[in-house]
Amino acid sequence: MNAKEIDQQTLLKDEKDPLTHTPVHLLSLDGVGKHYGNIIALSDVTMAVDNGRVTCVLGDNGAGKSTLIKIIAGLHQHDAGVLNIMGEERKFGSPRDALDVGIATVYQDLAVVPLMPIWRNFFLGSELTSGFGPFKSMDVEKMKAITLKELAEMGIDLRDVEQPIGQLSGGERQCVAIARAVYFGAKVLILDEPTAALGVKQSGVVLRYVLQARDRGLGVIFITHNPHHAFPVGDRFLLLKRGKSIGYYDKKDITLDELTAQMAGGAELAELAHELEQLGGHGDVVKEVQAEVADVTHNRETSTESSPRHV
Amino acid sequence: MAKTATLPPAPASAAGPRGDERIGRRNPLQTLLGRPEVGALVGAVVLFVFFALVSPTFTQPNALATILYGSSTIGIMAVGVSLLMIGGEFDLSTGVAVISSALTASMFSWYFSTNIWVGVLLALVVSVGIGYINGWILMKTKLPSFIVTLATFLMLTGLNLGLTRLIGGSVSSPSISSMDGFASARAVFASSVSIGGIDVKITVFIWIALVAVATWVLMRTRVGNWIFAVGGDENAARAVGVPVKATKIGLFMGVGFCGWILGMHNLFAFDTVQSGEGVGNEFLYIIAAVIGGCLLTGGYGSAVGGAIGAFIFGMANKGIVYAQWNPDWFKFFLGLMLLLATIINLIVKRRAELK
Repeated sequence: MNAKEIDQQTLLKDEKDPLTHTPVHLLSLDGVGKHYGNIIALSDVTMAVDNGRVTCVLGDNGAGKSTLIKIIAGLHQHDAGVLNIMGEERKFGSPRDALDVGIATVYQDLAVVPLMPIWRNFFLGSELTSGFGPFKSMDVEKMKAITLKELAEMGIDLRDVEQPIGQLSGGERQCVAIARAVYFGAKVLILDEPTAALGVKQSGVVLRYVLQARDRGLGVIFITHNPHHAFPVGDRFLLLKRGKSIGYYDKKDITLDELTAQMAGGAELAELAHELEQLGGHGDVVKEVQAEVADVTHNRETSTESSPRHV
Repeated sequence: MAKTATLPPAPASAAGPRGDERIGRRNPLQTLLGRPEVGALVGAVVLFVFFALVSPTFTQPNALATILYGSSTIGIMAVGVSLLMIGGEFDLSTGVAVISSALTASMFSWYFSTNIWVGVLLALVVSVGIGYINGWILMKTKLPSFIVTLATFLMLTGLNLGLTRLIGGSVSSPSISSMDGFASARAVFASSVSIGGIDVKITVFIWIALVAVATWVLMRTRVGNWIFAVGGDENAARAVGVPVKATKIGLFMGVGFCGWILGMHNLFAFDTVQSGEGVGNEFLYIIAAVIGGCLLTGGYGSAVGGAIGAFIFGMANKGIVYAQWNPDWFKFFLGLMLLLATIINLIVKRRAELK
């Protein structure tokens, strides 16, 4: 599937390709692949990210999600296909390169220092200063005010920016990291499994901030293995399995059930049911899994019919 | 705090009078108790009252000046060591590096018959250079700082003894009191200032100035932010663009600078230096920093805390003499204090964070 087939309304509204004056994607991958030695970690992945849109990347453990982010974030270089930024082909040599074009990544193991106050974390590495030469000092009051304001704009209601960030819940910390990326001029925001370690309520909070970031005009890449988190916020969905793209859908072309079915994989569930049966003594569980298998298989059939984009 | 921290933040619209009822719970006393140096401060007050009761001479102005002097010789180093510890590393070579610095200044000036100040400046280069090498090896090899600085500690101990004997033919450096520049260098590093008839050593003022500068750096500059960050979570700091290597190497160089000041004081206060001295002092500096509330694991602490730790050390050291006890007991006392201070720090910190 080619990224250029995505319907036109999801393209950049005002940006034009400087050469052809046709609308271009903020970021797009076309047939991108990566191998480590003889291990093929990722092959032939095509996706696009636009301003004010959320592209979800779904896949189980080992599906190649991490490799994909690392390529976009500049930690690794792809060795097949094309990575375009604003219609211009790029290959990032370092995370700094990616940051310079406005690609910010919020990693799963958050880049925050737990013992430091929130405002110090917010500005860490990009502190505001005033004064000259050796007497240059941090503009503490301004930084605190900006932290409070930026977080409030993201809808994060904080008690006190002086408290250590380690006292915040996991969801709140994710949100501070997102707000930081937004404030420092990110155009593309990569969120690496932001809801993986969170409870139901906390996940909801984070998803709300994903939408906040989208509404502020960022292109968001949302990596997750949970279709229930991806579907409500996503505009496009890329499904990965064993390093390959097994589907790339627009939201209007897929339902949550189909997405779940694609993710779960009916065959695996059937196998699990079989195994459980062999072990014996788990009658209820087996029935449950078998019901699930029936459900998934049914959904897969309908999804194949209704979705012409299914690869 | 713990209760509110687990709640998800309400959407902005539902906040109403924003956060009022939640901020109100933390009164100024609790904020004060949350500071790293509070445990040490409590300990210092208790110790002061104790010695004041046991020994009437302890509170005499002259005795206080002596105590402050004793504290300053530890405290000057504790400033650098505290910052280094906040930055997540520690340095075992500081005790002998002080003597290396003094020996460099003394031996170079004496051997080449130069003005003392030439030796003093060379010693500065050597001291900061030792710090740089410590930091550089640490960042290159990623070995723990314990191993790297233990190695430098041993090497410097050997170099101090070996080179002193090789050049001067003795275990102590030659007397330099008659050489050019000795008087002015002594005025800078080892003079006394008379305040109301009491002689206060200049090291006390240098100590206070260093603590003030270090506190400003920590609390108000970018570098201070980086120091907390590299000690708190090195990888997170690197991910947001903090120059981790430069910060850590800089901290080691800062320790070297403090060592230079103390080394120069030792040299000009006595005019000769024993080449075997300094071994074991590194622990005193680390103890001062730890008593002062610096976390051994990094990321938390203050320069003022290290100063209070040094003051506690000074009080105990001299207080035992004023109380006319056998100084044999000092080390036991020091160990007990270290244990109590760290336990108090731990309790205070936990309670302050939970409230």
